[in-house]
Amino acid sequence: MTSSSLSGDTVITEELRSFIGLESNPVTYDIERHAVERFACAIGDPNPIYTDREAAERTTHGSPVAPPTFFRSLLPGSYPKPYPEPFAHILDGGSKYRFNEDLKVGDQITVVRKIIDLFEKHGRMGTMLFKIAEISYTNQQGRLVATQTTTTITYGEGEKDDGVGDH
Amino acid sequence: MAITNYESPMFEDVSIGDKLPELVKHPDTRQLVMYAGASQDFVAIHYDLNVAKEAGHPNVIIHGALKSAWLGELVTAWMGHQGRLLELDVSYRAIDFPGSPATCAGTVSDTRIEDEVGLVEIEIGLRNSEGEITTPGRALVSLPLRHASR
Repeated sequence: MTSSSLSGDTVITEELRSFIGLESNPVTYDIERHAVERFACAIGDPNPIYTDREAAERTTHGSPVAPPTFFRSLLPGSYPKPYPEPFAHILDGGSKYRFNEDLKVGDQITVVRKIIDLFEKHGRMGTMLFKIAEISYTNQQGRLVATQTTTTITYGEGEKDDGVGDH
Repeated sequence: MAITNYESPMFEDVSIGDKLPELVKHPDTRQLVMYAGASQDFVAIHYDLNVAKEAGHPNVIIHGALKSAWLGELVTAWMGHQGRLLELDVSYRAIDFPGSPATCAGTVSDTRIEDEVGLVEIEIGLRNSEGEITTPGRALVSLPLRHASR
């Protein structure tokens, strides 16, 4: 039993709470044809609109687009100050995507992440910290192409997992 | 693998309770490594057996986001080239491992017209080889209308 699970105690310190609403440093990515092809190949999706220019031109998309979850590969930047992750282990709880328009090969997409909620739960793995973050993807014309709202769960002590605190 | 010509169903031909053609995936460790590289997700539990075993798992575990990608393929293959995926929600309730098939399934749960757009809501989920839905979710798509304005 860790001290954080005692009643009245919380892992959500004032410092951690100050991250709610804070935006990550924006990062801009060029949506490259080969990156989209590699992603489509990795997930095993044979849809030609991702890889075949002529096939894509014959559809309402007009030119090659990226698979819906390609946004996942556009990693957000860091926060303007170091995120004080209290736990060692990380679980991905899920994602909610909202798509406003196609993500096209050739687009430039600016990625910004913002933590919108932090809360804790107590379960069989001890105290777990739930982090809800909204990631926005804005194109070169300033239009919001999509958002992804992620739920990330961290828990446990010991040596930190790779990537814990970056999600 | 589902065979599709990506021809979109017309909104009027879709009813609540309709089932999407199932998509069966046969993930192996190689695919997890390909996905790690393509998505820039290098959390070691997805490719390093020692790390997975230390965490108490019998094998490396499938990236949740890869399961989302398959559920995305399930829906986009069905809706075809004239459909549009508007929303995709996925939650990872249980872990899946490479080496056994994962089946993506979907059932139409609502159809409605809003602002002359035909919207179809689909309940989706990924089922493991024991028949348990480890990864439920939902999707919202628009489909072409036979009568574009009424």
